[in-house]
Amino acid sequence: MTFSHVDSVLRCRNYRRRILEVSQQVPALHIAGTFSTLEMMDSAYFGMMRHGSDGVQSDTFILSKGHAAIGQYIILEHMGVLSRADLDLYCKPGGRLGGHPDYGIPGINASTGSLAHGMGLAVGMAQADRIMGMDRNIFLLMSDGELQEGSVWESMMMASNLGVRSIVGFLDHNGFQSFGRTKENHPSFYPIKEKVEAFGWECASVDGHDSSAIIEAVENRSAERPFLLIGNTVKGRGVSFMENEPIWHFRSPNLAEFSQAMSELMG
Amino acid sequence: MRNKFADTVYEMALEDERICVLVADISPAGSMTQFRNEFPARFINCGVAEQSMIGIAAGLALRGMRPFCYTIATFALYRPFEMVRIDLCYQNLAVTVVGMGAGVIYSSLGGTHHSMEDIAVASAIPNMTVLAPCDPAEMRQATRWCGTVSSGPVYMRLGKAGEPDLTANTPQPFQVGKVRYLTQGRDIAILSYGILTGMAMEICERLTAQGWSVSILSCHTLKPLDGAGIRQVLGSHKQVAVIEEHVPHGGLGSRVKEIAWDMKASCRLDCFSLKDEFIHFYGTHSELLAVHGLSVSAICDNLTN
Repeated sequence: MTFSHVDSVLRCRNYRRRILEVSQQVPALHIAGTFSTLEMMDSAYFGMMRHGSDGVQSDTFILSKGHAAIGQYIILEHMGVLSRADLDLYCKPGGRLGGHPDYGIPGINASTGSLAHGMGLAVGMAQADRIMGMDRNIFLLMSDGELQEGSVWESMMMASNLGVRSIVGFLDHNGFQSFGRTKENHPSFYPIKEKVEAFGWECASVDGHDSSAIIEAVENRSAERPFLLIGNTVKGRGVSFMENEPIWHFRSPNLAEFSQAMSELMG
Repeated sequence: MRNKFADTVYEMALEDERICVLVADISPAGSMTQFRNEFPARFINCGVAEQSMIGIAAGLALRGMRPFCYTIATFALYRPFEMVRIDLCYQNLAVTVVGMGAGVIYSSLGGTHHSMEDIAVASAIPNMTVLAPCDPAEMRQATRWCGTVSSGPVYMRLGKAGEPDLTANTPQPFQVGKVRYLTQGRDIAILSYGILTGMAMEICERLTAQGWSVSILSCHTLKPLDGAGIRQVLGSHKQVAVIEEHVPHGGLGSRVKEIAWDMKASCRLDCFSLKDEFIHFYGTHSELLAVHGLSVSAICDNLTN
């Protein structure tokens, strides 16, 4: 699979611009937490997920961080799985795309939105693939905040118990949640890597906005255990006034803010 | 019932490699050891982690497997409720959640082990089917339906072990979604489900000896409820009673009352259930039931007065 870092940078800039366009159609959307995920999602879709002979992706992507759905929709639009008409009706009557992914929509493999459901689903899928003798990887994108849910750790422990190897998790470690910086509000959340490793997973940490580093880290995994990549990211990445500003968790920019954001993303 | 459940799942697993079992450190006996030995990858002990059990089952079902999740009812349904609601019901996946020892069977273990409102809770979720077979034979048929026919999530309420066979001489077949006459009479009809159907049969014997003609119905499918079947019962008996091991609201009794109101039924209708109270009384299962008015003699006295 050939993956161009430059192309990825261009795609991610275009995703951000496209999300800003969509933001003008709705009163609010999860914009900042989506901007922190885009390089990891793009790396998965364009650098790691394998395609079957019919061109359909044989690997699976699950967005456990369901509130970054608009990012996944935009990538699926770019790939031609969803249409511009779908995005025009985002969160509108008659449309099929809501604020969180729904199982059954093309390209969406699980319904998420309530945090910490993706890990259990991924472990079940991975075990089913072993039972059925299917060689499929499961790429799972999680928010950092959802690691505070116990159900994630229950299923991470089970992944190790079962000897599942086909899960590649991405942690969007932007360090922010609704109350502000996780480091300040929930200090015992850290360290992350040691906790993950203690549950029998392999874990690495990279710049979550560097597609090449993301792909290299995943390719260098042993694949003997489930793998979690901590992507260190910036919430609101790419638009100066959104970066690390909690107010942009769920908000649409006004016209002036939209114009400024678009100009910052001219490249 | 739980042994019959294990035997039935094992039979199905021999026929269909999509059948799998997830437990949360509580396993049925019977053939489950055989299942585990022969299909180790299809027997998943999730440990004391019910949220994970339901989530993993959903993942298996998303890949086309047909999982059964098994543990004590209160832990099977309440602990992982949001996983049941979203992972199973919202995605409409063919996963069966088996709540063993439901109701107040774990009498002296106290309120933490009682599931007195499980029918209401499970029935409230869209896409969910709710089953409560009355004896091992119905359990076997219900389990087979879950493993072979059902296309969505099921909550199945089970007893424990040693339940008597109530349906051996029943002419009507077991059919999901249909009430089933176990005896057919003219005066009083008693609707029940699960293991309390045994008490209904004892009440039937006593009332019959007193000269009453009594129908007993197994309402093994609580959702979707057989509205037509229940209207027929309400319209063809002078007196109808519901007996259930469940709080008064959200169970069979309140549903039958809704149907009776809608059809302007003229029969007498009595509902016997657990009270809307946690139970702090310790004793045997039947002693607990009696504290809440669920005994053969109390119900017979009430029905004939």
